[in-house]
Amino acid sequence: MRHIISLLMENEAGALSRVAGLFSARGYNIESLAVAPTEDPTLSRMTIVTSGSDAVIEQINKQLNKLIDVAAVMDLSEGEHLERELMLVKVRAQGAAREELKRKMAVANGRFIDESENTCTIELTDTCAKLDGFLQAIGRELILETVRTGASGIGRGERILKL
Amino acid sequence: MELTGAEIVIRCLQEERVEYVFGYPGGAVLFIYDALFQQEKVKHILVRHEQAAVHAADGYARSSDKVGVALVTSGPGITNAVTGIATAYMDSIPMVIISGQVPTYAIGEDAFQEVDAVGITRPCVKHNFLVKDAKDIAATIKKAFYLAKSGRPGPVLVDIPKDISNHKTEFVYPGSVNIRSYNPVGRGDSAQIRRAAQMLLEAKRPMVYAGGGVVLGGAAAQLTELVRTLGFPCTNTLMGLGGYPATDKQFVGMPGMHGTYEACMAMQYCDVLIAIGARFDDRVIGNVEHFAQVPRKIIHIDIDPSSIAKRVKVDVPVVGDLKLVLEQLLEELRNSRQKPNPSDLAAWWKQVDEWRAKGGGLRYKNSTEIIKPQYVIEKLYEITGGDAFVTSDVGQHQMWAAQYYKFNKPRRWINSGGLGTMGFGLPAAMGVQLINPGATVACVTGEGSIQMNIQELSTCKQFHLPIKVLSLNNRYLGMVRQWQEFFHGNRYSESYMDALPDFVKLAEAYGHIGIRIDKPSDVEPALKEAFARKNDLVFMDFQTDPTENVFPMVPGGKGLSEVILAEEL
Repeated sequence: MRHIISLLMENEAGALSRVAGLFSARGYNIESLAVAPTEDPTLSRMTIVTSGSDAVIEQINKQLNKLIDVAAVMDLSEGEHLERELMLVKVRAQGAAREELKRKMAVANGRFIDESENTCTIELTDTCAKLDGFLQAIGRELILETVRTGASGIGRGERILKL
Repeated sequence: MELTGAEIVIRCLQEERVEYVFGYPGGAVLFIYDALFQQEKVKHILVRHEQAAVHAADGYARSSDKVGVALVTSGPGITNAVTGIATAYMDSIPMVIISGQVPTYAIGEDAFQEVDAVGITRPCVKHNFLVKDAKDIAATIKKAFYLAKSGRPGPVLVDIPKDISNHKTEFVYPGSVNIRSYNPVGRGDSAQIRRAAQMLLEAKRPMVYAGGGVVLGGAAAQLTELVRTLGFPCTNTLMGLGGYPATDKQFVGMPGMHGTYEACMAMQYCDVLIAIGARFDDRVIGNVEHFAQVPRKIIHIDIDPSSIAKRVKVDVPVVGDLKLVLEQLLEELRNSRQKPNPSDLAAWWKQVDEWRAKGGGLRYKNSTEIIKPQYVIEKLYEITGGDAFVTSDVGQHQMWAAQYYKFNKPRRWINSGGLGTMGFGLPAAMGVQLINPGATVACVTGEGSIQMNIQELSTCKQFHLPIKVLSLNNRYLGMVRQWQEFFHGNRYSESYMDALPDFVKLAEAYGHIGIRIDKPSDVEPALKEAFARKNDLVFMDFQTDPTENVFPMVPGGKGLSEVILAEEL
């Protein structure tokens, strides 16, 4: 089953490779990984999307907690949460095709952030599944480039991951 | 007063009361060696290969209760040390490794003797650090010692670039450590302990399964009290030997691949299994699905939450420091004023004793013609009064030593259980002998393993380490040969050790005493003579039966009750 795990870790050189190394060394899946410093510059917040049986997910959580640089781990999928991913898509489209694209983009709450004579670049933020849906809707043949950040997740309401 | 980074390193070791550092100098650690030279508190043991430095620090740690320290240079210095570090990591041994690094300005430029030490060791250390400022050295080393020793112990690497070791800064050794992202556990959850106590009291076929955590956690006395209070059978894993006295009647031997029949069967058919500082690894429970087929309740006590429910489902998990948790459990049992049902327990013991009779404990057919390796270990046990520190290498001799030397005390049996590192025994014995001067130290090895670090005979000479080396020389990589006999149609691919040196002459070349023993009747006199030489290293080259196999055996991938006894083949 798909899980989305959030963690807080020391913002130090090598911390990211400790997490990435753990996943490869123990054979865990990693679908995406997004990381950046928090409002406290000594801490980084990471969101990992992974999948596995309940036993594997339990081990992933425990193994992450065991890393010395990791300060807190939360499996967001265990409760109510939100997830968002940013996607930039560059598309080749002119005339009627561009109009059609604009219509689809409006439905998906996207926006153009760059336009040239033959190409346009769309910015879209949504759940991973919605982004997948948008890519399918516009069709592969038009797409020149796709850049996705991987999911970022946060708990709903009072579900807070903080030191 | 301002000190150089190198001086600070040595001052930190002094503050940590480190008596011995095992190491090998080189370009990147020249300043550190210079600082070492100018003081006397920290003594340096010059090994002949960096792997041996780490194994020696490891033996030092395992046989005492201290953090072992190794010091190596950059590049090949640290890569040679990696096998030793991984060995310590697999067995959770507290250790600090200080490695030199090329100067900060050269890092990343493929400089001479540059290697990414932090990157290379990341998967086999508890934690590691690259120090980029001399001001950080003291706090980093303080953290390294704290991390190595607290919680589930393990090796910690501190990589220090050469220029940093020559920068001057104020030296202040921190009094305490606070790592906000690291909080080792202490006492166990009392509700879980109450559940565990109740489950133990209600058990009809209980079994105690204790591992290396008991030895490392200093909980042998508590384990012994628990087992005696409850009257249950107890097994110790390869790493846990000595955690419960092996000569006690409640001890059923080691479990697993080369464990006793009764330990394997009792593990398989108990109804309540309490695992204490053990991790249900593949060499202990064999095939995990086969193990899970028999219904039983499992209580698992461990300091590391990730060891719990990793391979088997657990009914009562207890995370905590074993010594504290066992004390809590003993108190809970006392307060309950209950005892396990005596008739259930008697019936269970009757079953265990039947298994014991069937398996015959451990047995082998002795010979008057050819030396049986098991006989050598039995005689070693007798002659040393069961009170020696015994290190081993890896293979058949390791299993025979584990089976036939009855360890009654913790920290006496020193072996590479997790990684299975050949070449561990002799350097580990050096560390053991240094921290236990005057103690009897035996290294049980084979002609294959000993050659992986035989150069350390030179270190032993330099530092007057009177280790007794017992090489069970069967001219084969015995465990490989055994598997080839059983599972690969007697095709002994590359397991015969041809062109062996004359080990007696070799020992003599290093300035030691060598004895070759060919006949069974010479085993005892040779051992007596060797152990009477309190101040000499004696290398005993026992010519043993090359066809002897280790039994009992649970073949790889099989279940515990599928154990093969000697007479079945």
